[in-house]
Amino acid sequence: MSQFAINLIFVGGSFALYIAIAIWARAGTTKEFYVAGGGVNPVMNGMATAADWMSAASFISMAGLIAAGGYANSTFLMGWTGGYVLLAMLLAPYLRKFGKFTVPDFIGDRFYSTGARLVAVACLIIASVTYVIGQMTGAGVAFSRFLEVSSDMGLIIAAVIVFLYAVMGGMKGITYTQVAQYVVLIIAYTIPAVFISLQLTGNFLPPLGLFSEHTESGMPLLAKLDEIVRELGFRDYTADVDNKLNMVLFTLSLMIGTAGLPHVIIRFFTVPKVADARWSAGWALVFIALLYLTAPAVASMARLNLMNTIYPDGPTADSILHAERPDWMKTWETTGLIKFEDKNGDGRIQVYNDTPAFAATASDRGWNGNELVVNNDILVLANPEIANLPGWVIGLIAAGGLAAALSTAAGLLLAISSAISHDLIKGSLKPDISEKGELLAARISMGVAIIVATWLGMNPPGFAAQTVALAFGIAAASIFPALMMGIFSKRVNNKGAIAGMLAGLISTCVYIFLYLGWFFIPGTATFANTPDNWLFGGTGYGISPLSFGAVGAMINFAVAFTVSALTAPPPVRIQELVESVRFPRGAGQAVDH
Amino acid sequence: MADHTKNAQAYWRANLRLIIISLAIWALVSYGFGILLRPMLAGIPVGGTDLGFWFAQQGSILTFIALIFFYAWRMNKLDKEFGVDEE
Repeated sequence: MSQFAINLIFVGGSFALYIAIAIWARAGTTKEFYVAGGGVNPVMNGMATAADWMSAASFISMAGLIAAGGYANSTFLMGWTGGYVLLAMLLAPYLRKFGKFTVPDFIGDRFYSTGARLVAVACLIIASVTYVIGQMTGAGVAFSRFLEVSSDMGLIIAAVIVFLYAVMGGMKGITYTQVAQYVVLIIAYTIPAVFISLQLTGNFLPPLGLFSEHTESGMPLLAKLDEIVRELGFRDYTADVDNKLNMVLFTLSLMIGTAGLPHVIIRFFTVPKVADARWSAGWALVFIALLYLTAPAVASMARLNLMNTIYPDGPTADSILHAERPDWMKTWETTGLIKFEDKNGDGRIQVYNDTPAFAATASDRGWNGNELVVNNDILVLANPEIANLPGWVIGLIAAGGLAAALSTAAGLLLAISSAISHDLIKGSLKPDISEKGELLAARISMGVAIIVATWLGMNPPGFAAQTVALAFGIAAASIFPALMMGIFSKRVNNKGAIAGMLAGLISTCVYIFLYLGWFFIPGTATFANTPDNWLFGGTGYGISPLSFGAVGAMINFAVAFTVSALTAPPPVRIQELVESVRFPRGAGQAVDH
Repeated sequence: MADHTKNAQAYWRANLRLIIISLAIWALVSYGFGILLRPMLAGIPVGGTDLGFWFAQQGSILTFIALIFFYAWRMNKLDKEFGVDEE
């Protein structure tokens, strides 16, 4: 059977499953549409949360980032998991007790202000829309590579599938498809990793294989990798980082950004009890960790495999002839994600770190520049081919990558559509809308959101990659602090909260725009985005625009407390509301109002 | 009513105490062992690298899971002790 047929069976089979679930889990009420009826088992919700959270970025890009950056990119591993500790202790149980449908619902009620609710809606929509673009383009790329359709056609197929289960089933349909998608994506991620770990170290558990002996050389795997990349002028894979302030702030931004992302928070509104919300956060992290503990092993092993492919006799000997390169390299060259240019005309592929420090060694060896550019994103997708795994593993990876992209896209689209139908239409514009009318509005908003997301996926703004920084920055600097203060302080009032959210939002956006271009328009950056230009850059401890979310959050807290202290305290009924979310008794299921 | 308020305050204080302890451990394993204190842990070898690297790529995540389950278990027990649980 051809690889194309195998891929088609795996992807087609998984899609048939999602559609069957969509038909089975239709939503009849707004409560089913927004919070899946509020009766989802906490372990099941944990699994759905894991699929909701783990996007194309986690599945496809993260291992590639770690492979390229080594220890320095451990920030993604800690940052994208540590947020769940904050969610479990600082947000999820209390918001579940509050018992309404959306994140702006809480901000609007707690800060007794339509203004606060609308600021929250704006933050939610900006953060979620920027995020969904990446998912749709990710799905398009996976389709075009594995199913030999154009990227646009792939996007449309993906959109139709999401439309079917998200519009029909709302949160109910999304929850059960996410459970199925989790199973698909985790199997797809771990099976190749187990094979590769066995091949390289003889240990079938990748997280242990990472710290085991490399069978071929008899050295520890990481020591071997350090040795190879050092010979080629790269930093040691395990080398420590100098700018620790930025590393801390970047990790913190990812953590509080994760805890503040609305599509993750609303998943905790679907469980029956406050106690379940706490357990569910734990289960979510268990399911996430299965991938996140495997990813660093995939990263180092794939980098080692790649180096061994190019330098079969070691980094000090001649590299491989381009004519004799393996088939997977040829396949990926056609996608443009691997680029080769024979700069010194010797017919061989040279990969090394093209820096002044290495220039002397390079010219001694007759090299005239690094000749192979490998896009980080192909590492996971090409991994089974690099390790010579059977064809069905490749089909599995295709289905897994699509599951990761689609599950996150659906969760984001639900957060966007419920903010529109529930907070904007029912909460502000037309409060007397009927249950049926609101459900219809929710479905229409979902449909429109999918069309907009698909269009943006086909015509990605040139700045798609940078906007992810914006999504995390906004969630970290505006949404997370507002929610936390709403629960842990009775003194923060409407004026304080709005001033704080705006200060966090604006300071973070301005800092990002200063270095990445105003509204991401190319060529409009005020300063070049280099470490010595960053705030405190002169000291060697500059703060990167990607790390500013944590600073924005601190600004939000400081402004909110100061303004609140200078203005009247919240009315007694609001203080009682805060009191009530702190105690689980009397929660009941998520209520309509 | 006075008793009820006192009880409620004690429950909330117990929760805050638990959160502070948990978040101190959360920060220690990630920002501490994984990032800032890594040079101090450089002398402890773990499979070709050091303990700080292990905490950054494995240990912190494992600790996070343990922390959430510990917190959920303790809080669900506290809910019952203070009579603020849902049943």
